[in-house]
Amino acid sequence: MEQGPGGAAAGGAGLLLPLSDTEQQRYSELFSLCCSPAPEGGSAPAPAAGGSKVGDLFRASQLPADTLHQITELCGAKRVGYFGPAQFYVALKLIAAAQSGLPVRIESIKSELPLPRFMALKNDIEMRYGNAAEILGVKFQIPHPILEKNSFRRSDEGDKKNSTSLFLKQETKSPPMSPMCSPPASPSNYQRIPLSYGYGKSRSKLEQPHGVSYEARHSTHQQDGPATGNYGSKSALVHSSLSRFLSVESEPQDSSNYPDDPWRITEEQREYYINQFKSLQPDLNSLISGSVAKNFFTKSKLPIPELSHVWELSDVDCDGALTLPEFCAAFHLIVARKNGYPLPDMLPETLLPDYLQPASLKPKRDCALLDSYSESLSVSQQTRDFNRTELETVCEDPTNSEPLILFDVATSIVEPTSVEEMPDKSALTQDANSDDNQALNISTTTKTIPKDFKPSQHLSVKTVVQESNTLKARPRSRSYSSTSIEEAMKKGEEPPMPPPRPQKSHSRASSLDLNKIFQQNTQAVKSGWLPPPPALPPRPFVSQQGPHHVTNTESVAQAKSSYVEFRLKEQTEQVSEIELHPQMNRAPSQTEESSPMRKEILLTQPPSKPIRRKFRSENQMLENQELTPTSSVTSSLPAVKPHLPAQNRQSSKQKRAIQTAIRKNKEANAVLARLNSELQQQLKEVHKERIALETQLEQLRPVTVL
Amino acid sequence: MAVCVAVIAKENYPLYIRSIPTENELKFHYTVHTSLDVVDEKISAMGKALVDQRELYLGLLYPTEDYKVYGYVTNSKVKFVMVVDSSNTALRDNEIRSMFRKLHNSYTDVMCNPFYNPGDCIHSRAFDNMVTSMMMQVC
Repeated sequence: MEQGPGGAAAGGAGLLLPLSDTEQQRYSELFSLCCSPAPEGGSAPAPAAGGSKVGDLFRASQLPADTLHQITELCGAKRVGYFGPAQFYVALKLIAAAQSGLPVRIESIKSELPLPRFMALKNDIEMRYGNAAEILGVKFQIPHPILEKNSFRRSDEGDKKNSTSLFLKQETKSPPMSPMCSPPASPSNYQRIPLSYGYGKSRSKLEQPHGVSYEARHSTHQQDGPATGNYGSKSALVHSSLSRFLSVESEPQDSSNYPDDPWRITEEQREYYINQFKSLQPDLNSLISGSVAKNFFTKSKLPIPELSHVWELSDVDCDGALTLPEFCAAFHLIVARKNGYPLPDMLPETLLPDYLQPASLKPKRDCALLDSYSESLSVSQQTRDFNRTELETVCEDPTNSEPLILFDVATSIVEPTSVEEMPDKSALTQDANSDDNQALNISTTTKTIPKDFKPSQHLSVKTVVQESNTLKARPRSRSYSSTSIEEAMKKGEEPPMPPPRPQKSHSRASSLDLNKIFQQNTQAVKSGWLPPPPALPPRPFVSQQGPHHVTNTESVAQAKSSYVEFRLKEQTEQVSEIELHPQMNRAPSQTEESSPMRKEILLTQPPSKPIRRKFRSENQMLENQELTPTSSVTSSLPAVKPHLPAQNRQSSKQKRAIQTAIRKNKEANAVLARLNSELQQQLKEVHKERIALETQLEQLRPVTVL
Repeated sequence: MAVCVAVIAKENYPLYIRSIPTENELKFHYTVHTSLDVVDEKISAMGKALVDQRELYLGLLYPTEDYKVYGYVTNSKVKFVMVVDSSNTALRDNEIRSMFRKLHNSYTDVMCNPFYNPGDCIHSRAFDNMVTSMMMQVC
C-alpha cells in the first residue's frame, strides 16, 4: 500500500510514523499477506489482518513472546481489537526495532530501522496441505508453544474453525494430521489458543487475562481471518516442526483445560479401538489383563517407560487390567505418542473412563436391551400360547384346539396395533365361542406387551398377515377334516354332518358366516356335497342345521370314534333307526309316517343312545338305507308326537321347526353322551393301569423290604 | 515432612530413593543403607514368632542427632525407609504410619502396571508425585 495507510497507521498509533519506501512496500506486502482475501486495507472489518496470520508473522520474527506481546500492545491492536493497517505497520516497525536490539518503545520506531526480518520456512508439507502456499509469499515458521499444551492440533482446528465460523463458509479442511481429529468445542476457546500460542511462546501460563481478552476481542472483530490456506500451512508447518519442538517444549501442561484437544476420541477411532479390544477380549464388558495388554501395546514399538506411563495414566482404577474405556484411552495415548504428541502427566478429561464409558457402551446397551426385550417378548408370548393351548385342549376337542393354538400364536405375537384387527377377524372366523373369548383374552394380554421395539413391530406386521392366513386356514382345516371324515364314512353321497355342538347365542352368527366359507371350501373338495341351507337335501341334517356345520366338523373326529363305539354297542338295533332317522330328517313330508314309526322305535330302543347315533348318522345312514324312515322319525321326534297334527302341511313346517330344535337338543345330548362315554372309557383304562401298577408295586415290595 | 524416602527391594538394593536437600544426598543414602541392618534385625526378631501377624510398620529404626529413621516392610520383603528431620517434632506416629500407608498404596499401583517388572527401578510419575507431596512440606 502507500503512504496513506502509513500515515493512517501513524495516526492510529497516536504518532507520526514515517515509513520509508522500502518499508512501505514490505509492510504492505506483509499486510496483504496477512489479510489475503481483502485487497485493500483501511476501512472497516474486512481489511483487518487475520489475527492468526499476524501472530504467525510475528512469531516468525523470532522475537521472544513477551516482546511480541509488548509490540502488539504498543501498536494499538489491543486497543482497537484488531490489526488494522495502522496497527500492523506500527507492529512491524516495532518488530524491526526489537530485532535491531532497540527497546520496544514507540520512540524507537521513529528512527530509521531496517526491515523486520521474518524467518521463512519452506514446506513441501505445506503444499500438500493446500491453499496456503500460493497465498503466502513468505513462509512462516510456526513456533510450537503448542506443544506446551499438548494440543497444538486443536489450535489448528481452532484456527480453522475460527476462520470457518467467521467466514461462514466451508473451506477445504486440511486433512487431519493424525487420526485424532475431533470437532472443537467453541470458536472462542480456539481463538484463545492460537493467539496465546502466538504471543506466549515461552509463557508458562496459558491464561494471561490480558492476552485472553485481547484475543477474544480479536476473534470477534476478525473478519478477514486466516484462510484455510493459512491454516493448512500452519498445520503443515506444525507437523514438520513437531520434532524440533518436542524436546524444547517439554513443559507439561494440563490439557484438561481445553474442552477439545487431541485427546478426544473420534467415532472412527473409537470403533477401531473397540475392534482391537474385541480381538484381545471378545467380551466387551470384561477386562483385558495386564499381560495381554502389555504384549499388545509392546507391538507399538514405544519404549517401555513410555508404555509404562501410558498404563499409569489409563489404568484409572489401578487394578492391573483394562476395561473398554481404559483400553480406548490407553490406545489413544499410544497413538498420540506415536504421532508425536508428548504424553500428558495427567489423563485428559476426555480420556477418562467415566467420560468414555457411556459413549462406548451405549450402542451395545441399546442392542442388548432390544435383544432382551424381543427375547422376553417372544418368551412371554410362548408361555401365553402354552397356557392358552393347555386350556383349550382340556376344554375342547383336539380339532378345536388346533386352530385355537394357531390363533394364539398369531395373536400373541401381534402388536397392540394389530390387536384391533384381531377382534374383527375373530368375529369373522370363529365357530366356537370359546375361540372368540380366548382370542379377546389374548388381545388384551398382548396389549400389555411393550410396544417400543421395531423388530416386534415388524413381527406384528408379519404376524397380522399370518394371523389372517391362519384364521382363513382354520375353516379350511375344519372343512378338510370334515371332508376327510365324510369321505371315510360315505361313499360319495351326501356329506355327513356331525351333530352340532351346543352353542351360545352368537355362535350361530359366526357359524353362518363360516358356513359360507365352509361351503366355498368344501365345494371344491367335494363335488357331491350339497350346501346345507337349501332345504331337503338327502342329508341327515337339514339346512337349518347349517349353523352347526362347523361344530359338526369340529367334532367329527371325536364323533368318528364314538360312532364306532356306539355302533359296536348297539349296531343292529339302531341301524334301522338310524337309517330311518336321516330319512326322516330329509323328508319332512314323512313326518306323518314317522309318528307311528317313532312310537315303534321308541318302544323298541333304549331311549337315548340310538337317537344320538342317528343324529350322527352319516356312516350308519349310508350303510343301512333300507330301513324305514319312520322309526328314525319317531325316535327323533318323540316329543313332537303330541304336536303333530296328522297330515297337516301348515303344521308340518311348524313341526319341522320344532323337529329341528329337538334335533339340535338331541344332538347336543348325543355329543355330551359321547363325551361321557369316552371319558368313562379313559377312566377305565386309567383304572386298569393303576391296578397294574399296584400289582407291580406289590410284587416289588417284598423285594425292597428285604 | 520427610526428608528422604527410599524403597528398598528384597535383595536390599534401592528401587527408589529420593531426598530433598540434594546437597546431602549421599549422607541420606548412607543413612538408609545403615538402617537396613536395623530393619533386618527387626524382621527376624518378629518373624520367628508370627510371620502372618507381623506388623508392617516397624516404627523408629534408629535416631541420629539430626534425623529419625522410620521403617516399614511389606509382605514381599520390600522395605520402605523414611528419614525425617528431628527438628520436626510435630510428627506423630500416626502420621508416619499414614505416610507409609500412602507409600505402600502407591507402590502397589506401580506393581499393577504390567510394564513394570518387579525389581526394576520405579519411574512412575504418579509415585513421584506422591512422594513429592510427602516431602514438600519440608522446604
